[in-house]
Amino acid sequence: MVSSAYITLKDVVFSRSGRRIFDGVTLDIPKGKITAIMGPSGTGKTTLLRLIGGQLRPDSGLVSVAGHDVPKLKRRDLYRLREKMGMLFQSGALFTDLSVYENVAFPLRVHTALPEDMIRDIVLMKLEAVGLRGARQLMPSELSGGMTRRVALARSIALDPELIMYDEPFAGQDPIAMGVLVKLIRDLNSSMGLTSVLVSHDVPESLSICHFACIIADGKVIGEGTPEELRAHPSERVQQFLNGEPDGPVPFHYPSGDTASDFGFPGGAS
Amino acid sequence: MMDRIAAFGRVGIETIASFGRASQFLAGVVGGVPKPSVGFPLLIRQLYAVGVLSLAIVVVSGLFIGMVLGLQGYTILSDFGSEAAIGQMIALTLVRELAPVVTALLFAGRAGSALTAEIGLMKATEQLSSMEMMGVDPLRRVIAPRLWAGFLAMPVLAMIFSVVGVIGGMLVGVEWLGVFEGSYWGNMQASVDFVDDVVNGIIKSVVFGFVCAWIAVYQGYDCVPTSAGISSATTKTVVYSSLAVLGLDFVLTAVMFGNF
Repeated sequence: MVSSAYITLKDVVFSRSGRRIFDGVTLDIPKGKITAIMGPSGTGKTTLLRLIGGQLRPDSGLVSVAGHDVPKLKRRDLYRLREKMGMLFQSGALFTDLSVYENVAFPLRVHTALPEDMIRDIVLMKLEAVGLRGARQLMPSELSGGMTRRVALARSIALDPELIMYDEPFAGQDPIAMGVLVKLIRDLNSSMGLTSVLVSHDVPESLSICHFACIIADGKVIGEGTPEELRAHPSERVQQFLNGEPDGPVPFHYPSGDTASDFGFPGGAS
Repeated sequence: MMDRIAAFGRVGIETIASFGRASQFLAGVVGGVPKPSVGFPLLIRQLYAVGVLSLAIVVVSGLFIGMVLGLQGYTILSDFGSEAAIGQMIALTLVRELAPVVTALLFAGRAGSALTAEIGLMKATEQLSSMEMMGVDPLRRVIAPRLWAGFLAMPVLAMIFSVVGVIGGMLVGVEWLGVFEGSYWGNMQASVDFVDDVVNGIIKSVVFGFVCAWIAVYQGYDCVPTSAGISSATTKTVVYSSLAVLGLDFVLTAVMFGNF
């Protein structure tokens, strides 16, 4: 797709429980841009993020992040590379026994030897960036879904990563929370120069903020390009997904037997 | 018939594979000791959760088991006019057998199940995954302190169980049934050997502590991250720990006390 790729996937094959999730996925994710990875539920979008983060290993193919061949990295090197990554999980994945403040301070305490007053300043700055400086004393159980994701976002940028991955950030959000998240993703990307990978099936929101997008289905990339290029894509499958059409190459009906015989009508196959 | 043989074989293979995964997991935990400055506060917190919070159930159980031993021992020994040996009987029964075994069973039920549920829930809510993605190894940060806390807490809890049990036996035997106090303590002192009895009992509880903590943290880490998966893992922790403790107790007793 582009020459200055921060992440490269080449001919990635991955299977789980005997089911082939990816069958030769090839994708370049450019540095400093927002790339949206979209596709129907169950196509392995989250799995793709886990392959990039080294939590899963592909059966074959190349997964490269910032020039590192991720599956071949030693455990220590992989953990060092992950310090440059941030990931926003679908559930937020906040530590339930720590307050909002301590959740954001966690990576700073683990990976740096900064004095407490400096950690405090950084935590408050990150919380300010997501609009939750005033919620620092709350526990995760006291937060709404949207606030949880914003705290998780503040935590994932605490170490000023080079790459941030968003796993379904808009799922289950009300329109205001969704608008806040869209703004945050766009602002953080431009102000921090992050490389952002956004996994979602919310088409309008994703296409409104991404520079590049690709659609994955049946284990392959079926369409990629800028939002404009995708909207003009000739593939019926891509158009069905983008426009949310109930019937098309992905049929409305799950494959089934003869209708007449199922309902016991005369003439049905016995 | 062939299906049954195949199913039996599958269960065997799955059991061996699970044991292999658990051993790999253990190697990862034992090999990844965190820095003392980071690990020590985490260990202290887990010692409190696993050890101190188990104290009440261990003390109450120890007291009642000691009292029951006092009653039963007096009833049996008085038939032979040997009720003065009640202190010896209570102490040896507790130190050699009941303290390590019952403490381990109580530990599996209270602390082990809590460890499994906590780790399983952390897995289900992606807290372990998020830790990994932050460049923090959950085996070091979450699992290792809990494993070591279980390993260290169990012998101490078993010793407390023995002490409280001996006091419970004294309350019944001496204070209630009128056994001479000097005989109670004197016989105990004369018959309990520090190395043969006390140290062997401690060795048993160290082994049980390690096995129970290993089973608990592994079941939590390996569980299916759903509510049904966590529930099943918690049950497995209690069942497997109890069976492992009883089986190992027989083996250790045969090695330590079976002078064949």
